[in-house]
Amino acid sequence: MAAQEQQQPQSRDVESEADAPEAPPAAPEAQASVATQGVDDLLDEIDGVLESNAEEFVRAFVQKGGQ
Amino acid sequence: MTARPEGLPSEKLPVGGAMRVMGSETEYGIHAPSAPGANATMMSARIIQAYANLTRQRAAGGAETRWDYTDEEPLHDARGWTVERSAADPSQLTDRPPVLDAEAVALAYGRQELEADGSDESGSLLMNMVLGNGARLYVDHAHPEYSSPEVTNPRDIVAWDAAGDLVALATVRKVAADPDLPAINLYKNNTDNKSVSYGSHENYLMPRSVPFGDIVRGLTPFFVTRQVICGAGRLGTGQDGSISGFQISQRADFFEAEVGLETTIRRPIINTRDEPHATADKYRRLHVIIGDANLSQVSNYLKFGTTALVLSLIEAGQAPKIEVHEPVAGLQAISHDTSLTATVRLLDGRRVTALDIQWMYYEAAAKLAQETGVSDSFTGDGHTRDVLERWESTLGLLGNNPAGAASSVEWLAKMSLLDGYRNRDGLEWNDARLGLVDLQWSDVRPEKGLYYRMLSRDRMQRIVDDATISRAVVEPPTDTRAYFRGKCVSSFGKDVVGASWDSVIFDVPGIGKLQRVPTREPLRGTEALTGPLFRKHATAGAFLRELLGLDPAPPA
Repeated sequence: MAAQEQQQPQSRDVESEADAPEAPPAAPEAQASVATQGVDDLLDEIDGVLESNAEEFVRAFVQKGGQ
Repeated sequence: MTARPEGLPSEKLPVGGAMRVMGSETEYGIHAPSAPGANATMMSARIIQAYANLTRQRAAGGAETRWDYTDEEPLHDARGWTVERSAADPSQLTDRPPVLDAEAVALAYGRQELEADGSDESGSLLMNMVLGNGARLYVDHAHPEYSSPEVTNPRDIVAWDAAGDLVALATVRKVAADPDLPAINLYKNNTDNKSVSYGSHENYLMPRSVPFGDIVRGLTPFFVTRQVICGAGRLGTGQDGSISGFQISQRADFFEAEVGLETTIRRPIINTRDEPHATADKYRRLHVIIGDANLSQVSNYLKFGTTALVLSLIEAGQAPKIEVHEPVAGLQAISHDTSLTATVRLLDGRRVTALDIQWMYYEAAAKLAQETGVSDSFTGDGHTRDVLERWESTLGLLGNNPAGAASSVEWLAKMSLLDGYRNRDGLEWNDARLGLVDLQWSDVRPEKGLYYRMLSRDRMQRIVDDATISRAVVEPPTDTRAYFRGKCVSSFGKDVVGASWDSVIFDVPGIGKLQRVPTREPLRGTEALTGPLFRKHATAGAFLRELLGLDPAPPA
């Protein structure tokens, strides 16, 4: 979103001085369809940040009661 | 403040929509991987101590302030009675300071650990702080808890709730930097998947005139179903998570009753704790314990925003007239069905899905907002329209294209990640790596927390930007009494000896006795009302003299 806002003044300069309607912000659906791409990239990154020895780590996460 | 007349225009919020005095509470899961047997209460105290040390560096004179327990009433029941202390579960006695004094710590853990921990001047570990942003940070049972300052709208709750996650992060960093302490991780989740749950609570201010029975009838069908937009997702079913699979809510399997006072045992869908923390004959504080802690900003926003709308419906007598047959079983059936096709039976005989019920509430809320004008784009309250639009679009996606809601609805975001792993590596639901993904989703460290990895790739939508959240770590909201509390702590910390939701206590040299300033009206103590006073006075003495109308200090 921030990147789009920064680009708008540039594209206006190039086109014309008339008030062109601004591009509508990406709908949630469009954002999500972008999000379905690059899943492999994401998983590769997460592979690198997951704690080592998943089984032991999950087993050791024991909490006392709360509200 | 007490001298101001009732009912100034700035002290009322628009009625009928999503604006309301509200706040959040988050108990963080706590774990030291290198010291698995470490005592959870002691670790939690170290977390609070770490923040006290950090804020001492930030604010001259010390930003940490002790909690004042005078007005805590955890055994008052909204249905009109009070539980005998002797009949209460010990975990309900939250009105006594949980200070670990030196002797208790020494008995439990040995003197060496006490000395290594660094106790404060009075010889006891600090367990309770009031922060400069108006929040409370303390040890609750065996978890560190952040209670946000009071805000007036769902956008602000997202900011000040997420600020708590940054506070938690700061404490994790501080402990990790100490070579003498084992590193401590904090998780914004609600269960260890080994039969223990800890809460994320919401608080909403309501007029006391609304009958409690109306609240129970109006809220129960909504609470049974709102998880489809604000559940955080959980791997495993049953309290110990031993039945494999993925479900919508972290908390659903831990609820066993429809209405009740308890929060740690026999948890009820509607909690009746009646501690208003405000003028008791005017207000009740509705204490909601059924929600999941949310990292997703949209889920958090909708959780508070839609609940505020439903409370407005109840106050107006316009909540949908429906009643769910066996709501506890319905809550769990809905949580266990990620296809969103499970139905519950209404007492009128209809069988409906969670989405059907959410649409009934949406339609009623949109109608009321239109009648009262609060959703008007120009003359509305500036919040209700946006909450209604996001609620409507989210329900639409959940019904037609659930994958499209994976960038906003937290359980779907987490499920998309788990599905990614299952598809790539052919994992079964009970694979330990998926359990780790579920847990590490909520790690508060951005380099480790998987929610934050998704956020950094713009796979999660934002409601507020990072700068707003960072500001909320140090600045209080301007439009509630949290402003007064936070500014007192950050401006006059060394002269504030205690504070609570409805008071700030000063011990000022030259003013004989302790001065307790009551703040029982949540919409006073705002920047508009007290900002000039904070800007005018550099010392607590002069500030307090003008605030309380005391005689000026005699010439030295």
